[in-house]
Formats: sequence, structure tokens, C-alpha cells
Amino acid sequence: MSKSEKAFSMVVTFCIMFVFWVLLSAWVSSHEAPGHFNLLHVCEGIIAALIVTVISHELLIPAKGEKVLLKTLRLIPYLGWELWQIALATFDVAYRVIHPKMPIDPRIIEFETTLRSDFALTTLANSITLTPGTITILVEPEKGKFVVHAIAEKPADALLVDKTMQNKVAHVYMEE
Amino acid sequence: MHSIDIISTVLLVGGAFFMLTGALGLLRLPDFYTRLHATGKCDTLGEVLIIVGCMVYQGWSFITIKLFFLMLFIFIANPVATHAIMKAAYVTGVKPWKKGDERM
Amino acid sequence: MIETFLVIGMIIVFTMLLCLYRAALGPGVYNRIAASSVIGTKAVVLLVAIGYIFERPMFVDIALLYAMLNFIGTLLMAKYLVRGEVCTA
Repeated sequence: MSKSEKAFSMVVTFCIMFVFWVLLSAWVSSHEAPGHFNLLHVCEGIIAALIVTVISHELLIPAKGEKVLLKTLRLIPYLGWELWQIALATFDVAYRVIHPKMPIDPRIIEFETTLRSDFALTTLANSITLTPGTITILVEPEKGKFVVHAIAEKPADALLVDKTMQNKVAHVYMEE
Repeated sequence: MHSIDIISTVLLVGGAFFMLTGALGLLRLPDFYTRLHATGKCDTLGEVLIIVGCMVYQGWSFITIKLFFLMLFIFIANPVATHAIMKAAYVTGVKPWKKGDERM
Repeated sequence: MIETFLVIGMIIVFTMLLCLYRAALGPGVYNRIAASSVIGTKAVVLLVAIGYIFERPMFVDIALLYAMLNFIGTLLMAKYLVRGEVCTA
């Protein structure tokens, strides 16, 4: 990593860690003086944030990444769609568990995608785990192959045949 | 009763119902992989609903921010733990259940 | 409002007892690990509810810590069962 990228990532990580510390502990919540900083905790916060930044500043802002801001902006409507899918997923599983005949028909399916980068594969695996009826088992990063356990035929078809989720993730990360 | 109390009670009861469904799924379903389906999804959403109910009850204070961080962490960590243990079972060779076998 | 939190706490303890059945019985080691992880996750929510019953808001910090410990514990068990050792010395 070049010097300017390193300094940028260190500054951003330090700011985020310090804000996190302040939100969790330095704001003394006493009843007579709401919202006053305690100097001891602020100094401890600076030291703790410095230690964390020096050790692991490369994890938050990766070394090579182009158009990070555009990808982050496209992520937010995707998260909204995902929250709706999570609500559907829970109702689906609750229906299958409470129904007296228990309509399940589990199977294991495999498919390949065109995504290759770390963030995109992680987002897709997390989304598959949170949508109705499927859980990721194995991911192979070189070929983009997913092994998925599905609980019935309809969710398995939604992944294999329709490919809605793969297209959405490819759109967010610009088809890596 | 204020309206905030009613909204928060509805959210809390909904969350408790989903946690009951998750535990019931652990008992009723016939195979290890299907049991993880029930707990990995129902548990996570039930917890998120209960914590959102507590946040609505609290109003705007610093405890709300801590509860929000807790909710974010559980939201991201629970599916990852489910996936990790399912991968361990698959690689070691636990057999999945097909329709028509007996319970295991 | 404290009665509502008390009832919610009792429901969560009841669901923990249901999971204990699977933790004691489940054939093989994987069912038991899954049940322990679920009990740990429910304990986090129980801590938040107890914090509201006793009207002391500091239980949320303890809940945050225990959520992280439970997550790391489950990942560690999965890694041990795959490899046979935790860290390569």
C-alpha cells in the first residue's frame, strides 16, 4: 500500500473507533449533568483507538478497491429489499413448523456464479442464509461455486431458475 | 396507557412468539440440517423484534444506541455461526434427510 | 410495564427448557452444539429483559459482551471439529 492510502485508512479507522468508544462509554450519564465528557475516559479512548488502528487498519478499508462510494450507495436499497425477505423467511419457516403435516422436502443443490471478490461473495452467502428456505454450506472463491441446502422445492427453484438474488448482488458490486 | 406502551408490547409479544417457534422447530423437525433452518432464521428475527421493542420503549437516550449495536451484532453474527456449524457437519459427513426416511 | 417484561422473561426461560431437551438427547455432537448456541443467544435477550425488570440499564453492556463470547465459542467448536486442533503450533 502506498503512503497516502495507508494514512487515509488509518485516519478513517481511528475516527470510527473513537466515535464508537465515545458512544459506548465516555458520555457520563449522570442525572445532574447530562452530556458532559469525562476527561479520563476520553484519554483512555484515544489510546485504545490508537492501538486498534495501528494493529488492524487494513481490514476496514481494503487495499485495492475502486469506486467504493458508489458501491456503498447502491448497497442501501439492497439492504431494504433484504429486510423484507427476512420477514418473509421467518413467516415461511414458522408456517412449516407449526403446520401439523410439516410440508418439507429437503435437498442439496449446487450452482455457480460470476462473482469473484470477497465482499460480493460474503454478501451473497449472507443473503442466501437469510432468505426463505435456503442456507449456504460451502463457498469456493476461485470458481464462485455455492453448495446450498434448501428446505423445499419452491425456494430452491427461486435460486436455481430465477436467479433474482445473484442479479441483484451483481448489480450492487458492478458485476464482479 | 400511552401509545408507545402498546406498540412496544406488540413488538415484544411478536418477538417472543417467534422465539417459541424456533424452539418448537428444534423439537419437531426430523434432521440436523432442517433444525438449523428453524433456529438460524426464527431466532434471529425474534431477537431483533424484542430488542426493537425495548428500543421503542426507551425513547431517545444512550441506552438506545447500545441496544442498536447489540441488534446489529446479533443480526450479522447469528447467520455466520449457523453457516459455520453447517459447513463443519457437511465436511465431516453427516447425512441429510430425504423425504421418506425415518427420524434421526 | 414491568409485568410485560416479567411475562416475556418467563416465556424465554420456558423456551430455554425446550432447547435443553434437544441438548440432552440429540443423537451425535452436532445437535448438542447447535442447541447450546441457541441457549446462549436466548440468554442475551433474557439479560436485556432482566435489565428492564430491575430498572438498571447497565445489563445491556453485559449482554453485548456475552453475545460476542457465544459467537466466538460456536465458531471455535466448528473449527475444532473440522480440523482436530484449534491452532497450528
